[in-house]
Amino acid sequence: RALAVPGRAFFWLVSLLLSSLIWFIAVKASDPRDELLQKGLLIFGVMFSVLLQEAFRFLYYKLLRKAIEGLVALSEDGCSPISIQQMAYVAGVGFGLMSGAFSMINLLADSLGPGTVGIHGDSQLYFLTSAFMTMVLIFLHTFWGILFFHGCEHRRWWEIAAVVVMHLAVSGSTFCNPLYVGSLVPSYVLMAAAATWAYLLSGGSAQNLRRFLLCK
Amino acid sequence: MITFMNNSDSEEEPCNERTSLMSAESPPVPSYQDGLQASEAGGAQAHRKRRTGSSRSPNNIADGDMSSLGVPVRETTSENEEEELTLKYGAKHVIMLFVPVTLCMIVVVATIKSVRFYTEKNGQLIYTPFSEDTPSVGQRLLNSVLNTIIMISVIVVMTVFLVLLYKYRCYKFIHGWLILSSLMLLFLFTYIYLGEVLKTYNVAMDYPTLFLVIWNFGAVGMICIHWKGPLQLQQAYLIMISALMALVFIKYLPEWSAWVILGAISIYDLMAVLCPKGPLRMLVETAQERNEPIFPALIYSSAMMWTVGMAKPDTAARGSTQQTWDAAEDGRENHRSPLHADPQRSETRSSGPTRPITSFEELEEEERGVKLGLGDFIFYSVLVGKAAATASGDWNTTLACFVAILIGLCLTLLLLAVFKKALPALPISITFGLIFYFSTDNLVRPFMDTLASHQLYI
Repeated sequence: RALAVPGRAFFWLVSLLLSSLIWFIAVKASDPRDELLQKGLLIFGVMFSVLLQEAFRFLYYKLLRKAIEGLVALSEDGCSPISIQQMAYVAGVGFGLMSGAFSMINLLADSLGPGTVGIHGDSQLYFLTSAFMTMVLIFLHTFWGILFFHGCEHRRWWEIAAVVVMHLAVSGSTFCNPLYVGSLVPSYVLMAAAATWAYLLSGGSAQNLRRFLLCK
Repeated sequence: MITFMNNSDSEEEPCNERTSLMSAESPPVPSYQDGLQASEAGGAQAHRKRRTGSSRSPNNIADGDMSSLGVPVRETTSENEEEELTLKYGAKHVIMLFVPVTLCMIVVVATIKSVRFYTEKNGQLIYTPFSEDTPSVGQRLLNSVLNTIIMISVIVVMTVFLVLLYKYRCYKFIHGWLILSSLMLLFLFTYIYLGEVLKTYNVAMDYPTLFLVIWNFGAVGMICIHWKGPLQLQQAYLIMISALMALVFIKYLPEWSAWVILGAISIYDLMAVLCPKGPLRMLVETAQERNEPIFPALIYSSAMMWTVGMAKPDTAARGSTQQTWDAAEDGRENHRSPLHADPQRSETRSSGPTRPITSFEELEEEERGVKLGLGDFIFYSVLVGKAAATASGDWNTTLACFVAILIGLCLTLLLLAVFKKALPALPISITFGLIFYFSTDNLVRPFMDTLASHQLYI
């Protein structure tokens, strides 16, 4: 089970690699002085990267499916040692962790060094908001993993489409930065929505939750 | 066997021999296949493991009460069980290898990032005589290729020398070589390392204390590695000496040469293990013919390993190595499960052949350890360390290389399960690592930097 995490991370890395390749080529092919064009290319790069990530999530789902089928075929009583939901969760966590690590780790390393945040007129809350944004993204990836795999399992395309749209929305909302209200608030709202959805899909209910909270 | 290469005259010497040893010994990556194999490939460990595996099936059948159906069903059941167990244990073994490889890399990266000494250019090894300070790109490339050729030929010569030594049974020489080199590693390199770390953190330490610390560290290390010691301590020592070795490489190999050498060594590894006339393959086959264990001092094993002294001449059906191995695994199993009493464990340590029968039954549901050559540790750490030291994208590149290497290791172990013979551990991981290093450094870094500066998230 723990193997899925580095596997997932690898897939995310490859998707990141491909998307940055595309962006890089686009940037090199364009005029570096045209600000608007660069911004537009960046937006394009981000969207493309999001789509690629989801595509790789799908590929990973296919791979896991095959692996589980293989395990089921091998086991004597026909039931696999690991369920697809667990795999979905682990896959989501792996994706999220890798994405979060890549977003955050350079910031963390820089924060150890000297400097003042926002001294050139940028927002002073840079580190704080980055931390929150990364956190919400990691959670979102986990939930999206569950939703996505569930959608693939039960052939509900609208679930998959919802995940993609949500991802695009979250990434798009970050374009509002440094107007943090525009990006953090919607992201958290979406996260809450995705969390409840994933919880319900995994078999949870309000009753379960109440029982859990009251420690019955 | 392959392990011995360390000589110890100069500081640089052991580096190389060990390197060659290490890469040479990646074949023993083997065997976590427990029950399945019938093939004779793989190291002596694989050999042993297979023997135990094949003896498991009769045990399964002999043990009997498993199913009320006939023997054939029992056999297929045991086969299925074995396959499933193999996969499960395979996965477990992958994890068992992830942890030490990760630890080694963490140590190397932490040191590289904090201690200046290992990123300063203070000369080069005698094995890489061509300097890379030339102004033109072509000249630099040529120099690095020449350096690589020299390094690889030294490694090949050493490996062949080792094979010859082993073939002509010069065990004492090999022993002495091994001991001398681990002595150098444990004392001299540790002294240098400790000195640099203390310098970095500006901690004063007097010579008597230093002497005491290093003496204890080195002496316990020698005992643990070459004789007996707690498994975890032995593993810790092996990880530490791999990290030290990797640090030396990172310091003394010039930039481009390091990358070319990494690539060349994985190709060499591939050829040496898989070609019929490859030195490593010959080594492994000779070891198998003689039913002897490969010298364990420089192979990382997640199960207990015993030194050559434990190997006794064969008795009947299985090799003593196998008994030793069983005893070792038994000992390890005892180590982990509190049910077995301690006297039993000390018994396994002292006498292999006296408990061949019981050890088999106990091996029924037990895990096999996995072995990985220390050279693989070293080169993985060199790759990640170089990425940490020289990449301008810093942590992203390091992280990417780390994940790439782990995935390569995963794949290699998977292939091992499929092919069931000794496989080189370097090629896939190093290839992935190199690809990811160069692509992350050049492509992903500008992208991520731009994203971070606008605080966009993907």
